[in-house]
Amino acid sequence: MNAIDVHGLVKRFGDKTVVNDVTMQVARGEIVGFLGPNGSGKTTTIRIMCGLLTPDEGDGTVLGFNLRTEGLKIKREVGYMTQRFSFYEDLTIAENLAFVARLYDLKPVGAHVDRTLEELGLASRRNQLAGTLSGGWKQRLALAACIMHQPKLLLLDEPTAGVDPKARRDFWDEIHRLAADGLTVLVSTHYMDEAERCHRISYISYGTMLATGSVADVVRDAGLVTYLVDGPKLEKLAAELRERPGVEQVAPFGASLHVVGSDEEALKAALQDLDGREGVRVSRGETSLEDVFIQFMANSTDNMQ
Amino acid sequence: MNGFFSFSRLIALLIKEFIQMRRDRITFGMMLGVPLMQLVLFGYAINSDPKALPAALVSLSQDHYSRAMVSALENTDYYRFDHVVESAAEAEKLMASGKVVFVVTIPSDFARRVDRGQRPQILIEADATDPSVASGAISTLGTVASEALLRERGVPASEAKPADRLEVIVHRRYNPEGISQYNIVPGLLGVILQMTMVMMTSIALTRERERGTMENLLAMPASPLEIMLGKVLPYLVVGAVQVAVILGAAKLLFGVPFIGSLWLLLTAVLIFVLALVLLGYTISTVARTQMQALQLTFFFFLPSILLSGFMFPFRGMPDWAQWLGEIFPLTHFLRVIRAVMLKGADLPTVAFETGILVLFIIVYAGFALMRFRRTLD
Repeated sequence: MNAIDVHGLVKRFGDKTVVNDVTMQVARGEIVGFLGPNGSGKTTTIRIMCGLLTPDEGDGTVLGFNLRTEGLKIKREVGYMTQRFSFYEDLTIAENLAFVARLYDLKPVGAHVDRTLEELGLASRRNQLAGTLSGGWKQRLALAACIMHQPKLLLLDEPTAGVDPKARRDFWDEIHRLAADGLTVLVSTHYMDEAERCHRISYISYGTMLATGSVADVVRDAGLVTYLVDGPKLEKLAAELRERPGVEQVAPFGASLHVVGSDEEALKAALQDLDGREGVRVSRGETSLEDVFIQFMANSTDNMQ
Repeated sequence: MNGFFSFSRLIALLIKEFIQMRRDRITFGMMLGVPLMQLVLFGYAINSDPKALPAALVSLSQDHYSRAMVSALENTDYYRFDHVVESAAEAEKLMASGKVVFVVTIPSDFARRVDRGQRPQILIEADATDPSVASGAISTLGTVASEALLRERGVPASEAKPADRLEVIVHRRYNPEGISQYNIVPGLLGVILQMTMVMMTSIALTRERERGTMENLLAMPASPLEIMLGKVLPYLVVGAVQVAVILGAAKLLFGVPFIGSLWLLLTAVLIFVLALVLLGYTISTVARTQMQALQLTFFFFLPSILLSGFMFPFRGMPDWAQWLGEIFPLTHFLRVIRAVMLKGADLPTVAFETGILVLFIIVYAGFALMRFRRTLD
């Protein structure tokens, strides 16, 4: 049985359809990355799955419980980490954890708090007020609090926004360790490197699920061709290339340009005369996940406007 | 560009301020609503020389002299004889529960004494817990009743002998010296409790919402009832401390007499505080921000002080204002606490008003639970 099995989810706020016919399956123990531009419906979808919002249409189960009727059972088995830090800033770390432990009826409270503090390396800061913590520590606390009751499914909404690379790396190590123990994780993110750490990714744009699969699958299915262009005065060159037929994306990456198109022949033709120019070198490159996403975003119409 | 003052920068600030003002509907409503409310309440409802006060008549002799006197008293507009009772005990109960402000007793031998030329007497008992209420009514009573009696007998006032004059015996009950603190201090208990309890709980949910902790709280397995009780019960403790402080001060600083049962009083206070915290919680399910919650609290607070009988005699207000006053828990609490503290009322006497306070609890809790959403929809 899948940890998440939902189909046809629709959620409207007023006349805006924020989630439009989203279908999603996540197997147990899987880490699924949830990607999409800002305002694409990621947070809303996650909130539907943990029972914070009721869908206008669609159905499904989370951990085998009916999404519509068994919200309370879902809440007990799910850990949800909100996008914004949502623990009490005027409580200490230990007090926040004790509060959560009591709400989930974990006994004895003290032992659960100590264990969680120890596991996440928060023991030294147990008496610090949550409000005085830096972004990375806040995120650790939030994670600690939402895995404390040993949920079977973890829903993480942009958990690493504003967190430094080291803390992010530690965070992801922890996620993989938990998944290895059988925890299912659905994590929304804007970071491509994080998407690549997931077993599978789902891309949602303006409420509609556009692609799903492993990173390699998604990149391959997008059918994009990428060339790297090196040379002097890349700025001018980029402007020139954007005008040419067959060129769909031009983005500077360090000292070279990524030139992306979906029609290989057209792209080749567009780049043909560049090779001869002084100092310019054209080579075949790898299409990155980011290139694919930019392509998705360019193709999808924005119904939010 | 002038660094000290620029007209265009001022315009920018003004435009922004007006836009924000317009967006916040509740604030905008308050700006219009509060002055209007104050105007109407102060202008029409409040009367420091109250008329048409409810009175009880204990008339043991149904003679024409008594009738003439009573109608003369009613004509002064100060008295409204709502109750005609047979016994002093019944009248006593009416006064203790605050249903009447005066009891006028005409003794059974009244007509006989008048006919025999002996000096007739009547007894008027006034509820003096609020000294300002009774003064006007009492001062007119003597001459009005006396003249009505003379007219009825056909004796011209100029020829009246001292024995023809009516003797009016006045008893100022509960507060014979007319000390206004006796009335104000128990009332203050209600007002202070109302202010702090409603204000503190009104931001209960809005604070969670503003700080973003609401989302997390809802995602965890806590039921609406648990959240409501978890929010309001701590303030019962705060309320208990306030009650102890105010009652102590009432006794030590102001020497307010304490006649009734302490347990009855504390029970009434507990019920009142519970009603208040639930009211505050109800406000917090309606308001979107802490600011709005405080504004709504204030919007509730002002008329409840003016119309509850705390600042101005309740019975002196026009009927519509009295009806409006009945919707505030404070009104009912004031009746209970004044009855118990100053008049020594027992449970049956205050049972009705206490029952209404319980009704408030049920209504507020029901409404709050209905308003509270388990989801963020």
